[in-house]
Formats: sequence, structure tokens, C-alpha cells
Amino acid sequence: MAATMDADIGAALQNTLLEAIAQRTPLRIAGGDSKSFYGRVTQGEHLSVAGHRGVVSYEPTELVITARAGTPLADIEALLAEHGQALPFEPPHFGAGSTLGGAIASGLSGPRRPYAGSARDFVLGVTVLTGKGEILRFGGQVMKNVAGFDISRLLAGSLGTLGILLDISLKVLPRPETEKTLVFECSDAEAIQCFNTWSSQPLSAALFGNGRLYLRLSGSVAAVHAARGRLGGETIADATTFWAEVRDHRHSFFDDDVPLWRLSLPPATPPLDLPGAWLLDWGGAQRWLKTSASAEAIRETAAKAGGHATLFRGGDRHSEVFHPLSPSAAALHKRLKAEFDPQAILNPGRMYRGF
Amino acid sequence: MQISSTHDTSSLDKPALISALHRLLPGDSVLFEREDLRPYECDGLSAYREVPLAVCLPQTVEQVREVLRLCHERNVPVVARGAGTGLSGGALPLSNGVLLSLARFMSILEIDPVNRVARVQPGVRNLAISQAAAPYGLYYAPDPSSQIACTIGGNVAENSGGVHCLKYGLTVHNVLGLKVLTIAGELLEIGGAALDAPGYDLLALMTGSEGLLGVIVEVTVKLLPKPERAQVVLAAFDDVVKAGEAVGRIIGAGIIPGGLEMMDNLAIRAAEDFIHAGYPVDAAAILLCELDGANEEVSEQILRVRQLLQEAGATEVRTARDEQERARFWAGRKAAFPAVGRISPDYYCMDGTIPRKRLPEVLSRIAELSREYDLPVANVFHAGDGNLHPLILYDANKPGELERTEEFGGKILDLCVAVGGAITGEHGVGMEKINQMCHQFAPPELAQFHSVKHAFDPQGLLNPGKAVPTLHRCAEFGAMHVHGGKLSHPGLERF
Repeated sequence: MAATMDADIGAALQNTLLEAIAQRTPLRIAGGDSKSFYGRVTQGEHLSVAGHRGVVSYEPTELVITARAGTPLADIEALLAEHGQALPFEPPHFGAGSTLGGAIASGLSGPRRPYAGSARDFVLGVTVLTGKGEILRFGGQVMKNVAGFDISRLLAGSLGTLGILLDISLKVLPRPETEKTLVFECSDAEAIQCFNTWSSQPLSAALFGNGRLYLRLSGSVAAVHAARGRLGGETIADATTFWAEVRDHRHSFFDDDVPLWRLSLPPATPPLDLPGAWLLDWGGAQRWLKTSASAEAIRETAAKAGGHATLFRGGDRHSEVFHPLSPSAAALHKRLKAEFDPQAILNPGRMYRGF
Repeated sequence: MQISSTHDTSSLDKPALISALHRLLPGDSVLFEREDLRPYECDGLSAYREVPLAVCLPQTVEQVREVLRLCHERNVPVVARGAGTGLSGGALPLSNGVLLSLARFMSILEIDPVNRVARVQPGVRNLAISQAAAPYGLYYAPDPSSQIACTIGGNVAENSGGVHCLKYGLTVHNVLGLKVLTIAGELLEIGGAALDAPGYDLLALMTGSEGLLGVIVEVTVKLLPKPERAQVVLAAFDDVVKAGEAVGRIIGAGIIPGGLEMMDNLAIRAAEDFIHAGYPVDAAAILLCELDGANEEVSEQILRVRQLLQEAGATEVRTARDEQERARFWAGRKAAFPAVGRISPDYYCMDGTIPRKRLPEVLSRIAELSREYDLPVANVFHAGDGNLHPLILYDANKPGELERTEEFGGKILDLCVAVGGAITGEHGVGMEKINQMCHQFAPPELAQFHSVKHAFDPQGLLNPGKAVPTLHRCAEFGAMHVHGGKLSHPGLERF
């Protein structure tokens, strides 16, 4: 089937899964397969969700879109843009084929995250094919829903290890009336201070790298103009491209074969004493580090600062790439995995060894 | 009504359990005499009452752990409780269980103004967090109406909302970290001051889990800078449908108000009689639209919203002239529940959510049902996020009226599900809506909820019988009545 046609292949995916359950065949789930570099190496038969695509419903004034998991992110963003709206968490596109399902299953968010919220924050409901072969619906298409456990958001970021996302409902928001990006020259320590002392300004992104601090202001023309007056700095041309490159790791910083680490930290954490090149995003809360330092040293430093570290790209992807869990948390994860995927055939080992 | 878990505790030696609890806790931290247990027999849903076997009031995390371990070992159910302001019977005790009060965990452990987080114990009141953060120009956004009394631990357990959810989110969007004890007494540390945590999103799973998965012993919340300015516009309409359309126009124009509330005529009149907020009592509906943010932005949006409201056919549009008038406009809305309580001996508050565009048909169907059941309804609506609070007016002293009210309420929730909404937007399922869960979810989905519960609490000891019905219960539901009740804490503001 051509993967450019809207189609509901939920039943076919269910049949394939039921067969895999019967045969105990591990599956490697993919949408656009643009994030195959992410997570641990997983063995399994390739199961493509890309054919399950199309927007199921979109009501701009309800601020809700529901689409099938294989729908390309670019299609969704273009549709939203026609109505002056956007996905507020700015999901990264690690390839032209990046899909909605992949964005939610990975739970990754772009530069706007600290100010707008994360991928999981905007999930309102999902239809999921669990490892038991059942198609289940959780959450819904309304903003507020506290009936039952929040399984929709549990699935966000679970890397397909608990179920195959079929349909996803997201809250969307209006695009800001205007945006302006300012640049300042300063040190990393000064940048971290600015990120945090300027938190009441209408920020929508804050980045530091190579001696430069970049702030994106968003909001009404009057508010952005006023903030610009207060903050000073120079404006940059083609800011849209700049932030898209940061978001999608096409920025020159990421053009390297050295292992890339992602440190998630309390935003005001002072510069950390680890060797390598840094790019500070999310107002200091997400820090990219290119380094050959040992995993142990990086994790210890991140944990001591109150955060955690992920081997995001490159390096040894057969060992653990995500921050090790405490024994009690790891045991709970295994029990949860078993309750969703008793045969352990969905992306086995993609997140952690053993589940 | 008699509520007990399905656990066979017939062999339970109560005196032995009490003396074991006494070995773990100081004398004044274990209550077991009937008169001492009475204050704990219900939460905010006072129609459901049950005296627990014992009440524990630990003061340290270690004590909570020891109590849980003991109950785990002896197979005794445990119900956790914060301030007991919940509206769905989530903290209703079990006659054969221990009620675990977290009321003594009242310390704000840390306000970190630079990272903009607060680390607090679960018994800290919601409003106390914002008060402690105020000197730094920060606040905690979710503001359930009971915020002067309700605790953050209870807010997390219920995923509480408030009037600012559309813009600032629910509790789940504003909590960064939790420390949780499992029934086996294991401490789980989930998240912290960073924006995310490794592994599955247990933070989302715990939030709104109604005390079924673990006992929350510490919470790290996100603090936001206080908006530079907030201003409210009041618009009157001669038709609720027009008011509903106005909401769509505002959001369609790309404006996300800090608060967007609707009241119908009965709610307007009740509130005006009580508070004298200056509401137009002839209006079929009013909208309150609060705009907040940078000064310049608010000025622009006020003009735009006034224009949109007029285009939508508002008969009157007023902008609060000053902070006093703004407070007065809100006071009427915030007092809507007690105001309705003044015009009726009893009222029953529903909490359904609907896609906003279905509002006209839902309201007209509620009006039809109101005539059918011969019970008046006042509608108060978080219009921005589709969370409807119909208040059914009844008199519990009239024979059969409570039963009629309960049946009517159940039909409203079924209606919400039928139009694509949910049976509860912010009050939780608890004991109250346990049967409606059978309408909201199919058996395999309910079974998956039980599977999740099983991963945390295989013996089913934490708050058993609440939030998620057994499949057996759903099968029997056809013959059962939905039980409702009236609010206690009548003086608290309710949204």
C-alpha cells in the first residue's frame, strides 16, 4: 500500500500482532523510522505503523486534533497552521517522515517545552493496541478527564514498549501573534542566570551555545515589542529556520560523530564540570553534551545536580542508554511492562535491558 | 450504606492490630474509639459514611512506611486522606480498614525561587504554597475551589483542576516530582526539579490515581511568575446558545483566556441574591472572561474580546474597572455553589465534561430532564475547557427525591459520555461515579486499569473498591441505583 494515502489499518495491525503473540515473535515498531538511532538496539520483526495515517477529526475552536499514529508530523503541522494553530510542544523531526505516533511514543519535545509544556502534557487520549492484542481507548477528546488511570500519558514516552499507538488526540493552541529572537554575547554562567531571572518575560525558547545566548519572545505584537525594549540584544534573521535546526538537531553543534548526551537538570544548575562541548536548551533544563567521558561520570554528575542523563545518539547502544532506575522503580517498570505486554514482544529492550 | 472491601478480614484480630499500631506510632496518633473515628467517616461527599476500623495520624515518612508494612503483612486495607474536601467519596473509609491521614505533613520543605519549584509535604494546603511563593513573585497555578482547605497530596491524588485549567493546566501539568510509598513500604522517587524523569511516566500515572497505587509523602510543584496584570470582562446574553458561540469565537480568534466561565439564569440569580456581584439578573447566561499576562497584551486582548462578545450578540459587555470590581465579578461565580445552597434545601453537583460545541444540545437535554424529573437545575460551566457542573436542586426530606436526583444525575453523566465527553473532569470517580465508569469504559479497558493496579498493589489493599469498578459490579449495575449526596463544607467556595 502506498504510504501517502489516508487509511485505517488498525485491524490489520491487530491481526499481525495477534500472530506475533501466538508465535512469540518480537516486533520492532516504527512509524517514519526517523528515530531508529534513539533508545537501545532492539531485535525484532519490523512492524510499520506508517500506513495507519490520516487526520480523524480536527476542530480548531475545540483546540483538539485526533490523528492516526502514522500521520506525518509535517502534515499535521501544515493543517494546524492553516487555522493559525500549532503543536505547542514543538516535536522534533528527525527525518522528513517523522510521524505523530513516533513523536508521542518517544515523548520528545522541542525548544518551546519549558514554556508551553511537553508532548505528554498535550495528550488528551489514545487508542492503543496492547501486547495482549486488544484495542483499548483511554482519555478522550476533552480537555479535562479524570476518569480512570491516566494511561494515555503513561504511554507517551514509553517507546512502544507497552503498546502500539493507533490514534492520538492532542490539545493544540493558537500560534503566537508574533515572535522575535534576540541574541546576546555572554558566558555560560551568565546565560543560566539570564534564563532564570528573565522567566517572567514572554519567552518561548532560551538557548546558549558558543558564547551566545538566544531568546525567543512570543505573544502579541505589543507584548513582544515591550519585552524587546526591556531586554535589548540584537535580533537574528530567519529565526524560524534557526529554531527548527535546533529542534531537529540540524544545527551545526549536532554535526559530529562524538556520542551525544542529553542532561535533564533543574534549570538553574551551574555549568557542570564534564569535558566536551555544550549546548544549553530549555532555559538550562535540557543540556546537550558531546563527549567521550564515561557514562558513569556523566550520570553521577547529572544525578548529583538533581537530574538524569541519556545517551541520546551514538556510543554503545547495547548497554543502558537511559539513566538507570532504582531497584524498586526498575521492578515496578517490569511489572507494568508485563501487565501491558505479557509476552514481551513489543520493542523488547528498547528502553532498558530486560523490558 | 455499608461499604467494605472484598478482602476477607473476618480473621482480623482488631485489638491486636490496634496494639501493633500503637507500637509504631505515638499514643495520640492512633484513634480507635468510635467517637474519635466519627470525624473521619466521610469526605466532602457526606451522603456516604463509614466508620473506619482505626485512624492513623503519622508524622514521619518512616511511620507511614511502618503502618503500610503492617497493613500489607496483615492484609488490612488502607485509605489515605488529606483534608477530606474531595467531592466523590475517594477518602471514604472502609469499615475493615485503616484510614491513613496525612494531615500532619504540613511542612513546606523548600521554596526554590530560581528553579521555580516548591518541595512540600502532602498535607500542605494548596493556597499555602502560593502564599509561601508570593514574596518571590511566584504562585502555584491550579486553584481548585476548596484551595483554602484542600491539600496538595489530595490534589495530586485527584488531579484537581480549577478555573484556570485551559491556560495553565491541571495538577498533572504542574507537578514535577513525587515521593510515594507503595503498600509494601517501598519508597519510589519520581522526578524532581528537572522537567522530566527517566523511564515510564509514573508521574502522570500517579496523578489522579485516587490513592489506589501508592501513598504520596512528598510533592515537588512548578511555580509560575505571577502575571503582570489580570482583568475580567463580563458579558450578558439573552440565550445560552449565543454565550456558547461567543466562547468558540474567542478561542477561534487565537485568545486563550486565563479563565472563561459561564453561568445560566438560575445560577446568576442565586449568586446575585447572595453576593450582590452586580450581575444582570435578567440574562439567560453570563460569561466571565479573564485575560492575564503582560500589560500591553492584556490591553489589546480586552478590546478584541469585547468586540467578539458584541459580535456574538451580547446584550451587555462590562470590563471590571478596578481590582475591587474584578474581585466582585469573581466572587459571584466562586460562591455559585453555596448560593444555590441558599435557595434549595439540598443540591447535587455533577462534574461531566463535553466537547464545547455540544453545549447547546446538552443544556437543552438537561432542561428536558429537569422537567421530566421535576427538579430544577442551575448550570455553572468551566466554558473554556468544557467542564459542566449542573447543580440539581432537591430536598432530601421529601420521600423519594434523593433517589430521583441520583437517577437524574446519572442520566446527565450518561449524556456527557454519549456526546464524547467524560463522567468527571476534576472531582474524580471515587465511590460516587463508580457505576458510571461502566459506561465510560469497556470491560477490557477496565481490566487494563486493574492490571495497572495489580503492578503496584497485587493484594488490592490501597483504597479498594474506589475509582475502578470490578467487572462483576458493572455486570450487576443494570439493577443498581447510582448513589449521590450533598456537599459538606458548605462554606467553601466551589467551582
